[in-house]
Amino acid sequence: MTTTSLTTSRGAGRAGDKVFSAATLAAGCLILAVLFGVALFLLIQAFPALVASPDEIQGGKGFFSYIWPIVIGTLIAAVIALVIATPVAIGVALFISHFAPRKLASGLGYVIDLLAAIPSVVYGAWGAAFLAKEISPAYNWLANNMGWLPIFQGPASATGKTILTAGIVLSVMILPIITSLSREIFLQTPKLHEEAALALGATRWEMIRMAVLPFGRPGVISAVMLGLGRALGETMAVALVLSSGALTASLIQSGNQTIAAEIALNFPEASGLKVNTLIAAGLVLFVITLGVNMIARWIISRHKEFSGAN
Amino acid sequence: MSKRIDVKDLNVYYGKFLAVEDVNINIEAKSVTAFIGPSGCGKSTFLRTLNRMHEVIPGARVEGEVLLDGDNLYGPGVDPVTVRSQIGMVFQRPNPFPTMSIRDNVLAGVKLNNQKMSKGEADVLVERSLQGANLWNEVKDRLAKPGSGLSGGQQQRLCIARAIAVEPQVILMDEPCSALDPISTLAIEDLINELKDQYTVVIVTHNMQQAARVSNKTAFFNIAGTGKPGRLIEYGDTHTMFSNPTQKATEDYVSGRFG
Repeated sequence: MTTTSLTTSRGAGRAGDKVFSAATLAAGCLILAVLFGVALFLLIQAFPALVASPDEIQGGKGFFSYIWPIVIGTLIAAVIALVIATPVAIGVALFISHFAPRKLASGLGYVIDLLAAIPSVVYGAWGAAFLAKEISPAYNWLANNMGWLPIFQGPASATGKTILTAGIVLSVMILPIITSLSREIFLQTPKLHEEAALALGATRWEMIRMAVLPFGRPGVISAVMLGLGRALGETMAVALVLSSGALTASLIQSGNQTIAAEIALNFPEASGLKVNTLIAAGLVLFVITLGVNMIARWIISRHKEFSGAN
Repeated sequence: MSKRIDVKDLNVYYGKFLAVEDVNINIEAKSVTAFIGPSGCGKSTFLRTLNRMHEVIPGARVEGEVLLDGDNLYGPGVDPVTVRSQIGMVFQRPNPFPTMSIRDNVLAGVKLNNQKMSKGEADVLVERSLQGANLWNEVKDRLAKPGSGLSGGQQQRLCIARAIAVEPQVILMDEPCSALDPISTLAIEDLINELKDQYTVVIVTHNMQQAARVSNKTAFFNIAGTGKPGRLIEYGDTHTMFSNPTQKATEDYVSGRFG
């Protein structure tokens, strides 16, 4: 009878473990290194612009007065996109997950995913060449009938190349990511909880409100934040669609600018301190996106006890 | 607050597959009726047809009549939502809503029908329902905590409290103790015993001792073989069913010779 000593081990298995753990460690470190590298680059390159005397910065009033209008512009465009896309995306996701017949649901799912495959420059061209023209009568109507609201103050842009058009194009662009993530989450709602609601005499919509939406809430927030991240950083579509200008409250006049489009439009011809200024603008965008993600995580973690994960 | 159920010539299909064939049964009001039988014999499927919960499963349909005090659940114009608010259900695995507090779980069904309930009324109802489910003393200090933090047996009693809060005519229970330990099972069985004073209770169970302990009448379902439809073999007083059944299959099953 042979005995196996406790000290002997299968060499190959152990080596595999070591290789695998080293590989995962390297991958994890690489992410941190890249992130750190980008942040460091942004800080170093942005520094001259941050400390330059006000009259050297574009506009002649310092970096802060240069950056804040385009920060506001970026946020306006992103918020318009979210306000339009979120309800539509949740509605479509619920339709696919809980209302549509199975065949239609999978077909519709593919179509929505296809929207994500369209390059952003195509969206931009579509927005500039088609949507802006078609939508300008609506802007005239808004200016005439709702002009008392500062955001719809006339005269409306004749070309339709406004921040509202840019926001609408962005909303179409972020629709697929919010929809497909929300759909996956809604599909994961435990049957158990759906049946619990139905057995209490809930209609389908009440069942969705009792079981599906509360269960999906953290996931939907994450999906919306991913969409927001894309809307904040989207460059090409905004650069093509928006006829940019100074910050204006009216969404239907030309004007406003976003950080990403500002960088893209000015970078090729920039030199000297102007480059540093644009990179500093990039740093600001980075900080905004980071802040948005942290807020999202905080919102999700607030209700951890009731998340259904326990 | 309780009604009888009479089932006439009921067939249940999943698509083209006949799952349960030709069931005729009269379920008495204010009593406990147990369905027993081997796995896959259609007793859970049949139970679900008593409040139209089978319609959740794609392709499931029935032929025949289920009469709740004479009103056909499958009559024209009958809304399954109304049916389910009168015939409550407790499931195999405890399923309190994880995103709701204990209190909100109890009120979940009530809020569907009666949106404008004052806080005082709601408090009374929560206490009465939790008392009714023998859970009040264990949870009265933590009504705002999530229902998912309770033990399995407590969660199941919370589900029963949620079901009785809407004051249904009938309570259906689909193997309510199969995921619970013996102590929790005992608590639920005691509760079933009390519930029958007010409600018509129908319970599916794999546990024959449980059927013998809690039910007034027992129905034995069986299946001739894989792919064959389930049938109601014998139905009678629980005592008779366990001591002196008329069918050979029933006797074999209750004496543990198969199943």
